[in-house]
Amino acid sequence: MDSSYITPFISSVTNVFETMLQLPVEVLEPGLKAPGSEGHDVSGIIGMSGDVEGTINLCFPTAVAERTVALFTGMEITADHEDFADAVGELVNMVSGGAKAQFKGKQVSITTPSVVIGSDHSVFGRKDTVCVSIPCVCDLGEFAVEVSIKQNAIAADAPAESAVA
Amino acid sequence: MKVLLVDDSKTMRNIQKGILAQLGYSDLEEAVDGLDALSKVNAVNPELLLVDWNMPNMDGLTFVKKYRGNGGKAPIIMVTTEAEKSRVVEAIKAGVNNYVVKPFTPDVLSERIRETLERCSVAA
Repeated sequence: MDSSYITPFISSVTNVFETMLQLPVEVLEPGLKAPGSEGHDVSGIIGMSGDVEGTINLCFPTAVAERTVALFTGMEITADHEDFADAVGELVNMVSGGAKAQFKGKQVSITTPSVVIGSDHSVFGRKDTVCVSIPCVCDLGEFAVEVSIKQNAIAADAPAESAVA
Repeated sequence: MKVLLVDDSKTMRNIQKGILAQLGYSDLEEAVDGLDALSKVNAVNPELLLVDWNMPNMDGLTFVKKYRGNGGKAPIIMVTTEAEKSRVVEAIKAGVNNYVVKPFTPDVLSERIRETLERCSVAA
């Protein structure tokens, strides 16, 4: 995967956590992730379409997600609370939106988020797209942004002016 | 002053409510998407709207176009993750008065609200 698709997520996730949670995030070395190799407890998932296609997963262990949501919402709520998924969805929405704005000259749309909650679940993206995991550490614990996106083959073949509205 | 918050995220609406309360605005109504907002806007008759862009059923941009098309005149602030310049221009052309990119600090949203209300009261 082109690294120009990864660095926007690094700056976006640090910006979202610092702005909304006043929480510095240390980003560790991103690496390729084998499909289904490591389970998650909470996944906030957003789809991208347009010139760049694929999925973004903001994934946490339950305890870290609960601490993050508590700081974000100002309420101590557990993962089974009706508002918990909403908060996780809004976080992945901001991380993905902030990253896509940095894709120069690309027209990209994002979906509304989906959130999966369940101990040690696996998330599988498209078979033809590698997944890069960006490990993050903050005072609340460890979490990751998993980026599984690629340039749309049709958009890549199109003349530059048609790809920019 | 009556404010209509249009966002599919309850978390985001609650954050906005907290900021508006600090500014002294407590007469707030909520809508979960553009369609919901359209169904409520005549009854609510808001004096300010905060509108998200990406929402199910009807997105914020479509809502703004329909609201303005129906003669709605209240100032609108788009509060969204859509940060590209082309998106901002598209929103302004549709009738949005100001724009806040998520994530935002309380100070930024407060300032945009003050700025928008001042600008619109001068123009009125």
